[in-house]
Amino acid sequence: MFPASFEYHRVSSVKDALALLSQFGDEAKILAGGHSLLPMMKLRLAQPAHLVDIGAVHELAQIQEQGGRILIGGLATHHSVETSSIVKAKLPILAECAALIGDIQVRNRGTIGGSLAHADPAADYPAAALALEAEMTLENPGGKRKVKAADFFLDLLTTAVQAGEILTQVSFAALGAGTGGVYLKHRHPASGFATVGVAAVVTLKGTNFDKVRVGITGLGAKAFRASSVEKALAGKASDAIAAAASHAADGVDATSDTYASGEFRAELARVYTRRALEQAVARVKA
Amino acid sequence: MLLNLTINGEQRSDNVDPRMLLVHYIRDIANLTGTHVGCETSICGACTVLINGSAVKSCTILAVQADGTKITTIEGMAEGDRLHPLQEGFWEEHGLQCGYCTPGMIMTAADLLARNSNPTEAEIREALEGNLCRCTGYQHIVKAIQFAAAKMRTSKAA
Ligand SMILES: Cc1cc2nc3c(=O)[nH]c(=O)nc-3n(C[C@H](O)[C@H](O)[C@H](O)COP(=O)(O)OP(=O)(O)OC[C@H]3O[C@@H](n4cnc5c(N)ncnc54)[C@H](O)[C@@H]3O)c2cc1C
Ligand code: FES
Ligand code: FES
Repeated sequence: MFPASFEYHRVSSVKDALALLSQFGDEAKILAGGHSLLPMMKLRLAQPAHLVDIGAVHELAQIQEQGGRILIGGLATHHSVETSSIVKAKLPILAECAALIGDIQVRNRGTIGGSLAHADPAADYPAAALALEAEMTLENPGGKRKVKAADFFLDLLTTAVQAGEILTQVSFAALGAGTGGVYLKHRHPASGFATVGVAAVVTLKGTNFDKVRVGITGLGAKAFRASSVEKALAGKASDAIAAAASHAADGVDATSDTYASGEFRAELARVYTRRALEQAVARVKA
Repeated sequence: MLLNLTINGEQRSDNVDPRMLLVHYIRDIANLTGTHVGCETSICGACTVLINGSAVKSCTILAVQADGTKITTIEGMAEGDRLHPLQEGFWEEHGLQCGYCTPGMIMTAADLLARNSNPTEAEIREALEGNLCRCTGYQHIVKAIQFAAAKMRTSKAA
């Protein structure tokens, strides 16, 4: 099983990558870790004429802390996020999310930019990016623009990344005082992807919720913020969690496949939302 | 396209088609057939090799993506006639039956032990998530890796 022929371009800078993308337009695709793109190319579901390999653009793989924000380059592997001392200290939920992706070999190759740009409906990072209100930096030949996670995931495998653009950085606010976050997933036993995955980030004022953010992946065509759960908890104490979590799947057209029916996925979303919220609250107190 | 890399310490330079997968390069061009092809779909782990010390599935990497890297395959583990502690562990603890999965298991375990010299049983099992074995039931594979971990710790301490 091998991909259809293509022309391969290795670049060492974002600028060179952008130039090739604008030269070849729709014919070109970025290659990062290749762990979503190459499987699709082997199945001939994708047949790009040009591959622009950004694997050697090392500055895109950095993880830094700047002015209270954690900046993760688009090319940072899942393994580097999972083991980064900055991420573990400031955004433990994101390190845990990365550690739950696939297996060691996949985490050594797959990148955060590739995962978010690919937007697999069962990918893990989108849920965490939504709950952490991440901000994506997209670069194009005209300059840079920033897109909030809430505006990033548009549909099945479709994001705000336009043709010719590169996702160069994902920026997160470090979890502050009074805030706790958890990512939980029901792992598909064969693929490792999330049958359903829920990221919950809560901020408490005294014993009541000041801010609640819930991101859910795997349930429908795209990851989303469970705003009905968030609203149901506004200003409430944690005894309201169970009732609020029962709204987790409201209004979502749940995916059915041979492994899990839509009904089962919706139930998983409700149960995992409840558990994630309870554990997020426990982490604030801890 | 010209590809330069090092496999098991040997520098190579070969002309390859960009669509050639790393596993086919290793088996058919470098003639190192210890690395196996199982599923071809990045599930089974039979094709696992180390790139710069990290375990990866070589069926889901283009050979050209490995340009400039150092690759280790199962053939690079023993030193002459002296088996690597992982190979010894699989021998001593009966870590294989048909042996098809074994090279991949050993390469993944090598990555694990480089990061964690004293893994728990749970950590070993979790590390092997991406490697399937159809014969052993994994029990003896876990024991083989524990054997190797213990041996590598003592030889480091010595
Ligand atoms: C066996 C296996 C198990 C997996 N299990 C999981 C799992 O449990 N959970 C999970 O979330 N994922 C899982 N994955 C997917 C894995 O995390 C992918 O690596 C990831 O989704 C894509 O990242 P990549 O760097 O490999 O991207 P690539 O495959 O290189 O690219 C994917 C797509 O994104 C585009 N792209 C890549 N980088 C950028 C960028 N910086 N800017 C703009 N566009 C870009 C590419 O053009 C392509 O269209 C699994 C994959 C495999 C093979
Ligand atoms: S052959 Fe590569 S993972 Fe199965
Ligand atoms: S020993 Fe036969 S597949 Fe593992």
